[in-house]
Amino acid sequence: MSGHEDGPRDGRLDRLATERMLERTWATRPGLWGWFTTVDHKLIGWRYIVTAFVFFLLAGLGAVAMRLQLARPDSTLIGPDRYNQLFTMHGTTMMFLFAVPVMEAMAVTLVPLMVGTRNIAFPRLNAFSYWVYVFGGAMIWIAFMLNVGADTGWFSYVPLAGPEYSPGKRVDLWAQMITFTEVSALAVSVELIVTILKMRAPGMTLNRIPLFCWSMLVTSFMVMFAMPAVMLASSFLIMDRLVSTQFFNPAEGGSPLLWQHLFWFFGHPEVYIIFLPALGMVSSIVATFARRPVFGHMPMVLSLVATGFLGFGLWVHHMFATGLPQLGDAMFTAASMTIAIPSGIQIFCWIATLWDGRPVWRTPLLFVAGFIVIFVIGGLTGVMLAAVPLDLQVHDSYFVVAHFHYVLIGGAVFPLFGAVYYWFPKITGRLLSERLGRWNFWLFFIGFNVAFFPMHLLGLWGMPRRVYTYPGGLGWDLGNLIASGGTLLLVLGALVFLANVWNSLRHGAIARDNPWDASTLEWATGSPPPPYNFRHIPVVTGREPLWEERASLPVVTGLRIDIRELLTTSVVDAAPEVREPSPAPSIWPLLSAIALTGLFIGSVFTPWAVVWGAIPLSVALIGWFWPKGGAGRRDPLEE
Amino acid sequence: MTAPVGPFAQSALHVAGPQAAHIERLWWLMFGVSAAVYALVMAALLIAILRRRRAAVEPEPRPDPAREQGLGRVVWAATGLTALTLLLLIAILRRRRAAVEPEPRPDPAREQGLGRVVWAATGLTALTLFLLIAASYLTDKGLDALAHDEEVSIEVTGQQWWWKVRYHGAPESRGFDTANEIHIPVGATVKLTLKSTDVIHSLWVPALHGKQDLIPGQDNVLYLRADRPGIYRGQCAEFCGFQHAKMALKVVAESREDFARWREAQLAPAPQPADAVQARGMAVFLSGPCVMCHRIAGTDAGGVTGPDLTHVASRRTLAAGEIPNNRGHLAAWIADPQGIKPGNHMPASNLDPADVRALVAYLESLR
Amino acid sequence: MTPRFVEDVSALPTTGFGTRSLVWWGTLAFIAIEAMAFVLAVAAYFYLAFAGGESRWPPMHDPPDLWASTLFTVVLLASLWPNLWTKRQGEAESRRGSRIGLVVMSLFGIVLTGIRVLEWGTLNCRWDDSAYGSITWVLLGLHTLHLVTDLGDTLVLTALMFTRHAHGRRFSDVAENALYWNFVVLAWLPLCVVIYLVPRWI
Repeated sequence: MSGHEDGPRDGRLDRLATERMLERTWATRPGLWGWFTTVDHKLIGWRYIVTAFVFFLLAGLGAVAMRLQLARPDSTLIGPDRYNQLFTMHGTTMMFLFAVPVMEAMAVTLVPLMVGTRNIAFPRLNAFSYWVYVFGGAMIWIAFMLNVGADTGWFSYVPLAGPEYSPGKRVDLWAQMITFTEVSALAVSVELIVTILKMRAPGMTLNRIPLFCWSMLVTSFMVMFAMPAVMLASSFLIMDRLVSTQFFNPAEGGSPLLWQHLFWFFGHPEVYIIFLPALGMVSSIVATFARRPVFGHMPMVLSLVATGFLGFGLWVHHMFATGLPQLGDAMFTAASMTIAIPSGIQIFCWIATLWDGRPVWRTPLLFVAGFIVIFVIGGLTGVMLAAVPLDLQVHDSYFVVAHFHYVLIGGAVFPLFGAVYYWFPKITGRLLSERLGRWNFWLFFIGFNVAFFPMHLLGLWGMPRRVYTYPGGLGWDLGNLIASGGTLLLVLGALVFLANVWNSLRHGAIARDNPWDASTLEWATGSPPPPYNFRHIPVVTGREPLWEERASLPVVTGLRIDIRELLTTSVVDAAPEVREPSPAPSIWPLLSAIALTGLFIGSVFTPWAVVWGAIPLSVALIGWFWPKGGAGRRDPLEE
Repeated sequence: MTAPVGPFAQSALHVAGPQAAHIERLWWLMFGVSAAVYALVMAALLIAILRRRRAAVEPEPRPDPAREQGLGRVVWAATGLTALTLLLLIAILRRRRAAVEPEPRPDPAREQGLGRVVWAATGLTALTLFLLIAASYLTDKGLDALAHDEEVSIEVTGQQWWWKVRYHGAPESRGFDTANEIHIPVGATVKLTLKSTDVIHSLWVPALHGKQDLIPGQDNVLYLRADRPGIYRGQCAEFCGFQHAKMALKVVAESREDFARWREAQLAPAPQPADAVQARGMAVFLSGPCVMCHRIAGTDAGGVTGPDLTHVASRRTLAAGEIPNNRGHLAAWIADPQGIKPGNHMPASNLDPADVRALVAYLESLR
Repeated sequence: MTPRFVEDVSALPTTGFGTRSLVWWGTLAFIAIEAMAFVLAVAAYFYLAFAGGESRWPPMHDPPDLWASTLFTVVLLASLWPNLWTKRQGEAESRRGSRIGLVVMSLFGIVLTGIRVLEWGTLNCRWDDSAYGSITWVLLGLHTLHLVTDLGDTLVLTALMFTRHAHGRRFSDVAENALYWNFVVLAWLPLCVVIYLVPRWI
């Protein structure tokens, strides 16, 4: 290799010296500069998770306000303008600023550890994607605080959201927020695919990849193929509004349904993008607490892949009432029901695992049980909605609101909370309180069902969705009151969770490396892991590495410890290939994100912002990619 | 304030016609299947949690008889959902175990047994879904049965935030316009052509049929029939902006005779003012801004942006179901429409109270 | 847990080409994302043509003129040869060869950008005329964006090859830049058919 220098390797020095040098090489500088320049996936993942939960709470408060308004008929607590902004911000925040980012955040934190490498692929891109996400989220929430919040629903149908019927900048800011979050999500998905395919520990063949990593792999591919649709749609919308293109204007050859097709082509895979990571989390938790591998590994993997593919063939089921040809509708009915099969297989396999295993009932497993109980109801109402005639009655009614909350909260939020309880000790070094965890679970479980089960009936009894009030005497009064009551229990549950986190961070029991005696690689290192993740890259000999190698952990040696170096391996067999240099901390991802933010926000007001904004962005990107290395210093990326 | 309606006048489970009845049948079928599936899955989960475990140290063969016993317990356990959830609660609270040694490679014979059950469950799921797909398709075909030979043809145009209604006639001179209230004869097939000139709306009268969207640039069609007399409430079901929540529609199903009478009355031009007050009211109407948006057949008022008022007094409600149609409410509406339904497109009239009273007297005479 | 050394990787190289390069995989992923965006934009084109409100397509315009796009396409296809040569120079880690190749590719990029500017004037429609105008401009615009950003990348990489950084990883960058250019060329072919030929056929 040209100009290649040698340096100390892991395995040549004693343990303490190795750790000290690795720490020096990989640690993030303390203080504000370190915080802005870090490329450590664990630090970035942590801030991603915290930010996503902040948005979760904000969106939840929006929902509480909505339920207060709907608790009684003809209530004047909240007027139509504020309410329409609230339901739009609730849906938008939950879907774009919480659900997808939090799953990506968990993956960013856990996947590199679970595959046994030192950092995520493209670490500076990872830092960049966080900044882009938080700037986009801040933009739309600041707009909401200034009464310029989006108010046309989280899927913003045209012509309502078009230039004629939504004047002002509300919809433009909403559409541009989408661009922010999609850029962020696409970046993370590329990082995850490359990490999972190329940076696995030696011996982790395709056959031995943990189910959580499989779910993140499939999810990342779905992101890559679904997000372009919404980026295209939101760009068309901004253009219609800003520069008078005619994409959605029927008077000039455009079509309002084009928006719906493009949006739902993204929108349906989006819900599986949220759901699949949760399924991966469930598999991790079930295996650990059932004390055996998840039953049916191959069917589980194939179900994930099948769901990923099938998810792209369902989108028209959101459009059954738009007057499309009957034959087309029938095909989408069949596809929408068929996707229940891979999900069903997963449920059966988990139950079989619990059946055959010897469950240890800690909070994570409680949340998994809650997930099964709630999600199956949501799945069954989904099968109902797949039937066109029935959908024509309950579409756009509270029945649908009940359905998607059952699948999203049951299918994604419950596993997420289980995952938080499960991996909190690994990430923070402290255990969450089991007692508070049980309170958290039961308040959520009971509160959720009290809040959302009545909505099935409300929908069947004719209550449409997105209404800021309703008349009394139609039979809806009691159901709404009960639903609003359930919300209070959910709020209490959230408070208990926050109290648990706050308390545990300060006084929680210190966690060992592997407090649950789990089998995957993230539990083979410290809690929290050191900046370099593993002193030596592990070698994997089976599907459950830490259960198969109880006495000592096989590892590789030979990586440099004075520069950032990790190991890349082949896609199928995970045979070592390259000692890959890993980028050091850098300020350029933040500067690029700021430049991009300027471009995006500017283009809400004038198309020329795209041209002028490209200049600082280009400068920042050149700064990012320009290799470092002054006189006498070597840039490891050039070795 | 809202107009009085009976409970469940807008309910898909309280049907009044064949379309909604087809769908209701499908609902109960799917509900029954779902309940059974749910009970089975919950029973399996519960048993998985409750069953007695193998001891921690054992090189033992598979317990075959237990599997048969399991099936029996499933059937027993499938009797009550609430009981299952309660038992789940107790089971979870009871289980406090010490650390258990994991089993990285479970016994293949046990795996095989589990495999058979999972395969069977998957096969059963696929079969059930296939049957449901067939049921859905057959229901869809059933809904098509009505799609011809309509006796009444109505064109509904969605507006922010009211329903423009035009009854077609044969010849077309026997057509007429109204708003927000539709009358149909019991037992007759009705064809609704759905249009929009602004944003997407959705017409939904659950007691009679599923919904269909009103989309600018295309015509959609709904066929329905009411089989018993009554007043059925419908509502816009696609978010259409500010006052989407207050865009209701009344469907009055009445005997053929009553319908014919109503139709003839609607075809007639507006009655002349019967006294001085009404005459004054008519003068106020014709000389003021009202004529910019509203039409009264038989007068010079020809505005088409707002509801047709030729027979406004024959309607039960005003402002798309928002307020009852009587003098007091009509006066309040004319004086301050923004106070009652803020954001709607009718501006305040700025008339003095005496003029408003006369106007109301005139309008209430337009039966 | 105590570690047990089972393999020594010290002899492994520190750079790789093709599937052994992480950036190659990243480049491939971004190509896939952008290809999907093109596919969807073309789908939107056909949706508007067949399911939109127009009875004629193009509704009121002449189809775009062919001369500028034909010139563009010919020059673009011609660039594939120096591109392939440059890629091989990068794989052979030839500094001189990479420099020559990148300068040539930069010149191609600049010329093509110039032709593209002319091409815009031959579309015979405005973006705000009709849905046809809007989608035609978007299709050409998306490709132009790719052309211009790749030209930017190529210019920066060319500059880098003339500095002291022209070694090691830079050669994989040269090869991956060539890969991306192939995509810019290939993506143009179906787009060209849709923008220029389809309005003449339907």
